[in-house]
Amino acid sequence: MGGNFTWVMIGCALIGAGASAVGVFSFLRKQALVGDAVAHALLPGVVLAFMVTGQKDIWILFPGAFVAGWLGLLSIDFISKYSKIKSDTAIAIVLTVFFAVGIVLLTHVQQSNYGNQSGLEAFLFGKAAAMLPADITLFVVVDTALILLIVLTYRYLKLYSFDPDFAKAIGLPVKGIQFILSSLTVLAVASGIQAVGVVLMAALIITPAAAARFFTGRLSHMIILAMIIGIVSSMMGVYISSLAEGMPTGPWIVMVMSIIAIMAFIFAPGKGMLQRSIKRKAHQQKVRRENLLKLFYSLEEKNEEQFFSRPQLLRSRRFRGRELELLLNKLTGKGLLFREENRYGLTDHGRSEATRVVRLHRLWELYLNERMNIAPDHVHHDAEAIEHIITPELEHMLLKDLDYPELDPHSSEIPGIKDMKR
Amino acid sequence: MIAFEAHNLTVSYDKQPVLWDIDFEIPEGKLVGIIGPNGSGKTTLLKAAMGILETDSGYVKVFEKNPDMVRERMGYVPQRQSVDWDFPATVMDITLMGRYRKGRLFGRLSKSDKEIAADSLNRVGMYDYRNRQISELSGGQQQRVFIARSLAQQADVYLMDEPLVGIDAASEESILKILGEMRTAGKTVIMVHHDLHTALEFFDWVILLNTRLVAAGPKEEVLTEENLRTAYGGKLNVLSRIADLIKSKEYPIREKDMKE
Repeated sequence: MGGNFTWVMIGCALIGAGASAVGVFSFLRKQALVGDAVAHALLPGVVLAFMVTGQKDIWILFPGAFVAGWLGLLSIDFISKYSKIKSDTAIAIVLTVFFAVGIVLLTHVQQSNYGNQSGLEAFLFGKAAAMLPADITLFVVVDTALILLIVLTYRYLKLYSFDPDFAKAIGLPVKGIQFILSSLTVLAVASGIQAVGVVLMAALIITPAAAARFFTGRLSHMIILAMIIGIVSSMMGVYISSLAEGMPTGPWIVMVMSIIAIMAFIFAPGKGMLQRSIKRKAHQQKVRRENLLKLFYSLEEKNEEQFFSRPQLLRSRRFRGRELELLLNKLTGKGLLFREENRYGLTDHGRSEATRVVRLHRLWELYLNERMNIAPDHVHHDAEAIEHIITPELEHMLLKDLDYPELDPHSSEIPGIKDMKR
Repeated sequence: MIAFEAHNLTVSYDKQPVLWDIDFEIPEGKLVGIIGPNGSGKTTLLKAAMGILETDSGYVKVFEKNPDMVRERMGYVPQRQSVDWDFPATVMDITLMGRYRKGRLFGRLSKSDKEIAADSLNRVGMYDYRNRQISELSGGQQQRVFIARSLAQQADVYLMDEPLVGIDAASEESILKILGEMRTAGKTVIMVHHDLHTALEFFDWVILLNTRLVAAGPKEEVLTEENLRTAYGGKLNVLSRIADLIKSKEYPIREKDMKE
């Protein structure tokens, strides 16, 4: 790539920034596929522009792409408005029809005598490596315009994307806002095909926005973050593809972007899959510990004993594999149980914890029975789950609501009520 | 003064007429309920009144003017489920949307806009949540934010779509308090409401609807047994058959030049 390398990098970074910023609005308006359709719809425009002028200069092909993209968008609107066809089908129709026309034209050009036609097919997957300083100027102009337009109309775009009815109700020029959003999409897509091509363009629009959503709850931050992701992955894609001869730039950009997005889905704080699964695991552990404490409590109730051996515990409740052993160790370590030879018993602290869980269980059973009219023989399983999630605040509400009851629906004592009253 | 009037209003949804020749007038300062069974066109009436839906014929006037002339005096609360609450915005962001105005360059907001929004949030008891993500709110809190946004519009006539449906007791209390304050301040509130039983205590006036207007006026006059039986006793057979026919024949409900 040599001397062109810097230019290619700058060009792709600009394209990535513009497409990602516009993509945030497509993403939020659930129009991911519209970007894809527009991208495919560009192809006939590009080829026609070439056929008419005989030139491959991006300054000539870009207007062709822009017009064709707009036509694609209008066709989608027209079909979903005036026919019985729903918009998802309209998108699929426009995408395939325009693309098919584009391919037909492209094949025609390749087999006729158009002279310097070679390289036109690169618009399918992009031809970043062939970017020239003159092309960069176009991207500078287009993407500056894009970002300026977003900044200036930011509030309107935000309101329209969130609640278009309200925008109309307060008399905002909704048609104008729609026009701006559509133009932004077509501009972003038309400038992007140089880098990644029509087939992969949708990724450039949607992936950065989807990843950014995992990290922020503010629209402005989301746009900036999406742009950063777009820029970084474009530059990394250019760099990686430059490492070996003939590696495609566009697909690499999309690969890097997708890896960032997948990492976000998994590792993002709060919303990521990893943290959610850790939370779930932690809750499961808590449930297991509380269930074992409860077991000790009920054995004490039945047997008037305080110490129980492992076989005794295993007889009363099923445990998987080494689960019981691990739990016993854990609870002993936490000072909730203590061990005497081969038997275990509740410490004072452990007993008060067990009492609390049993109390919550029986309170919830009573609540289900009294307030929701569920029969006493149907309340146990529900209470088994709910007892682990009731907070002290909710417990107080329950106690007040049920007026500090002494007995549950099965006439078992609800333990520790007297202490709670104080 | 007449705060709101509809004349000869006919509206179709997906080419099928759902409102036929609606005519009524509402004097200023009334708390008005739009009541009727499911599918009776309550939301459609509200949307047509706000200019969100196109009408086939007829028109509405607000304070005896074309609504487009008095947009700033009209507040709007859409159905809570009509938007995606996963949208990345804070409670304050949404409330400030009530301050957007047509013609203001780039929708810039001033310091006083922010004060008005903060005050509106205070009135619905949501000021402490102003920096919260809207996705973290309960249904009732979301509804209160929508009410706050309409308060920030500082309008004189408010159109609300079922603000009391599916919310917790605290939110209901807060919204009812706001409605009381609005009445005291002489505002007009027109509200789609689903519950016939509470309608009798809330409203001054009632618009009883079942694809056509059954009755409109002071609640004592409108909520008679006979009217209710007419409204809730099912749709008019012939009328709904005609509506189906219009849809299937692609027949325009009004000839173009008949508009207004």
